Amino acid sequence: MKLPDAERLCEQLAAELRPLIGPKSAMVGLYTGGAWLAERLHQMLGMKTPLGLMDIAFYRDDYAARGLKHDPKRTKIPFDVNGCELLLVDDVLYSGRTVRAAMNELFDYGRPASISLVVLADRGGRQLPICAQCVGAKVEVPDGMRLTLKRADNGKLALSLESER
Amino acid sequence: MQIQRNPQLNEKGELQHLLSIEGLPREILVQILDTAESFAGVTEREVKKVPLLRGKSVFNLFFEPSTRTRTTFEIAAKRLSADVINLNITVSSATKGESLLDTVANLSAMHADIFIVRHESSGAPFLIARHVKPHEHVINAGDGRHAHPTQGLLDLFTIRHYKKDFSRLTVAIVGDILHSRVARSLIHGLTTLGAPEVRVIGPQTLLPAGVEALGVRVFHDMRAGLADCDVVVMLRLQNERMRGALLPSAQEYFKHYGLTADKLALAKRDAIVMHPGPMNRGVEIDSTVADGPHSVILPQVTFGIAVRMAVMSIVAGN
Repeated sequence: MKLPDAERLCEQLAAELRPLIGPKSAMVGLYTGGAWLAERLHQMLGMKTPLGLMDIAFYRDDYAARGLKHDPKRTKIPFDVNGCELLLVDDVLYSGRTVRAAMNELFDYGRPASISLVVLADRGGRQLPICAQCVGAKVEVPDGMRLTLKRADNGKLALSLESER
Repeated sequence: MQIQRNPQLNEKGELQHLLSIEGLPREILVQILDTAESFAGVTEREVKKVPLLRGKSVFNLFFEPSTRTRTTFEIAAKRLSADVINLNITVSSATKGESLLDTVANLSAMHADIFIVRHESSGAPFLIARHVKPHEHVINAGDGRHAHPTQGLLDLFTIRHYKKDFSRLTVAIVGDILHSRVARSLIHGLTTLGAPEVRVIGPQTLLPAGVEALGVRVFHDMRAGLADCDVVVMLRLQNERMRGALLPSAQEYFKHYGLTADKLALAKRDAIVMHPGPMNRGVEIDSTVADGPHSVILPQVTFGIAVRMAVMSIVAGN
């Protein structure tokens, strides 16, 4: 099955976001794919506020069932969250549980004026009342498959399908 | 014949209890240190809590006095949103004759999830770990002369924080190795993580027989032992554990094995000085060194919180 070109989707997202960027705008990317995408968008948009990177490992709702993942990254939010207009960036939107966890973690840093969700791909299948404000593409993914973002050594981004283990 | 499984690991090879650094694979040590690194970020922000252990009960079971370890475990558990129950055993059932396992069985009936155990008898946490229910976890907070794994881990975390990499380090551990569970845990951790040279420095009477078998170099002359070290770990002279006259006097000890600025000058210029606490100033360490620019003794305490958060959240998830 043919997947959309992630590089093209980046351009498209950046064009869509550009008019929305103001003095209070800040961006947070979710590890790992969302962080790559956010690094790219942050640079393309020339945002002044430094980029935040977040690992939601300590806020997941499946800790009791699955335990702590092996290599949680350190969350870095190098700006004051209070009052800022946050763009929360992830690669793929699916159940919505990651976004729920990310919002909980963000509120432990402060009270943003607003949060908008930016995703490269929306594969449907929501289990929570969450939707993205800015979507690169809607992608149909067969059951039992996982859609992820990959980054090549040269920095090029690409969507990829693999079977869930 | 049944093969004895490592009592700390579950059937998938994951950390179920933390009883000793000895016997833990390198990957698990690295996992704990990496996870602690992420928790160090949590402890720096305004809301220092994460919801991981919400609804879990952590029992601090201290059969031996401790301030720093008990407090940092308590802070760590609270920052993971667990409920913490501190038991002061010296004034409770143990003095009325209740056995260790009966005490634990009663706490288990109160729905405990994690037991943090300090005990004067080596092996007590192992005994408890063999008898707890599958969802319960035991963390050794120091047993006799045997092990103090979270102290060893926070020492490793501190060394990695300042020196980045273990592969070129010379680490000297100085003082009362014989009575020190901290030294044992740290030596196992350093050798597992690939530190090429670990030295122990102390008088013959304070070094355990056959300590070389742990993979360390032995020095009785402190000046020779400190030469070109990257890390100097000072141990407390454990007066309360002394049996018989192992040493002439504290003054004599300080003269030969106390860390002073002039002895520290023999180590590398960027050497760090560590101490697990509590310090005896003027016995094993001079105040000018303890409070000096090489000292990372207070950061060790802060890192201890993140390391204990990591250990609790890893075992409770497995």
